[in-house]
Amino acid sequence: MAWLAKSFNSSLGKKLLMAITGLFLISFLIVHCGLNATIFLNDGGVAFNEGAEFMAHNPIIRTMEIVLFGGLLLHIFDGLRLWLDNKKKRPVAYAVIDGAANSKWYSRSMGLLGTLLLLFLIMHLKHFWYFSRLTNDLTESHTLYNEMQVVFQSPIVVIVYVLGCISLGYHLLHGFQSAFQTLGWNHPKYTPTIKAIGAIYSIVIAALFAAMPVAFYFNLIQ
Amino acid sequence: MEGHLNLTLKIWRQKNASVAGKFETYQVSGISTDMSFLEMIDVLNNRLIEEGDDPVAFDHDCREGICGMCSMYINGRPHGPNRGVTTCQLHMRSFQDGETITVEPWRASAFPVIKDLVVNRSAFDRIIAAGGFVSVNTGNAQDANNLPIPKEDADDAFAAAACIGCGACVAACKNASAMLFTSAKISQLALLPQGKVEAAKRAEAMVAQMDEEGFGACSNTGACEAECPKGISLENIARMNREYFSATFSSK
Repeated sequence: MAWLAKSFNSSLGKKLLMAITGLFLISFLIVHCGLNATIFLNDGGVAFNEGAEFMAHNPIIRTMEIVLFGGLLLHIFDGLRLWLDNKKKRPVAYAVIDGAANSKWYSRSMGLLGTLLLLFLIMHLKHFWYFSRLTNDLTESHTLYNEMQVVFQSPIVVIVYVLGCISLGYHLLHGFQSAFQTLGWNHPKYTPTIKAIGAIYSIVIAALFAAMPVAFYFNLIQ
Repeated sequence: MEGHLNLTLKIWRQKNASVAGKFETYQVSGISTDMSFLEMIDVLNNRLIEEGDDPVAFDHDCREGICGMCSMYINGRPHGPNRGVTTCQLHMRSFQDGETITVEPWRASAFPVIKDLVVNRSAFDRIIAAGGFVSVNTGNAQDANNLPIPKEDADDAFAAAACIGCGACVAACKNASAMLFTSAKISQLALLPQGKVEAAKRAEAMVAQMDEEGFGACSNTGACEAECPKGISLENIARMNREYFSATFSSK
């Protein structure tokens, strides 16, 4: 299997790993966002709590949770490895760079956006994952939905969540179509569709997630 | 003076690869808007020589946009502000009177500076050499139409072969990646039946050489494609990825 390790340690292989783990995380976000969006049914969190209850106890989901953390860590470490490798390739920096003339700022800032997302994610996991999985505070009378109501009373938390969602949106806007390019899917028949789906996906996911803390803060949902 | 420019030039001066370089500022006046950027540097160099100073070293050869030698990073972009041109095809009418123009060499660890704006791009030659040979039939020339090649494939192969190896892709890339160059060289052969025989080995060897030379990985920003004077497409990088990973699983 040395041949496979060699391939994945090449510059192309590191990118392939980023693409595969990235697409996996993209698929997770659909489930996460879809389930959380049930709060907009405005049913006092009944549907949301049922979903959360299912996710917490289904053995397949619990196994996938481990795979998810694995995929996330691979994405982070591979990203760090690429960042460290790449920054060695230009030891003397340019005095003038007109980046906007040839590429989008967010495509050049994936490492920065990813770092912001990681910091956001640590806070986010502390708020909800830690609360629901590692403490005994989750009860019939204090559900995950109630915890969201509590957490999103703080205007600072709401602002940080919205900024986190904006970072996520831009990270996805480049990452979605970039992953397909790395996988070799660049073709006049598919690429325009992939780019369009990527843009819609990024905007919808980021907007829906950002709307959740905002809706709780302004008591738009009960 | 109508149609003539007075400019401030900030040019990177560096004796050789082992010493640090720095910017020197020069004033040039009466530059015709019809001059190419290289001719403008020629004017400066004539003056420097007359004054007994060291002229600015820069690469140039054909001065008609096909050799790929003129490597200048002008105002933050390879080959300056226009798309689809090399520095010799960039004319002074693209600049304003009184403008300050910053000129730097291609900056990449794989392209060490030889002097001033001249960099060593032999890493590209070694990537091509790593690709190895192409099998051809010996004996009498075969009938011209014996090898049917679809028009689209021939066009794509020719478009990839338009790469002049100037290194603008590396210069433009935030990671100093040579993927656009390497993928064009892999594609021009992989698309044609003559190149199919060694395709898997070629992709593996050229990518390995590219990594060994110290070029970065691809972030898919598309800066290379935008700055390429020959319009080499990002589709080539996707094709290289397909070639490389299918080779990973199929080569012996």
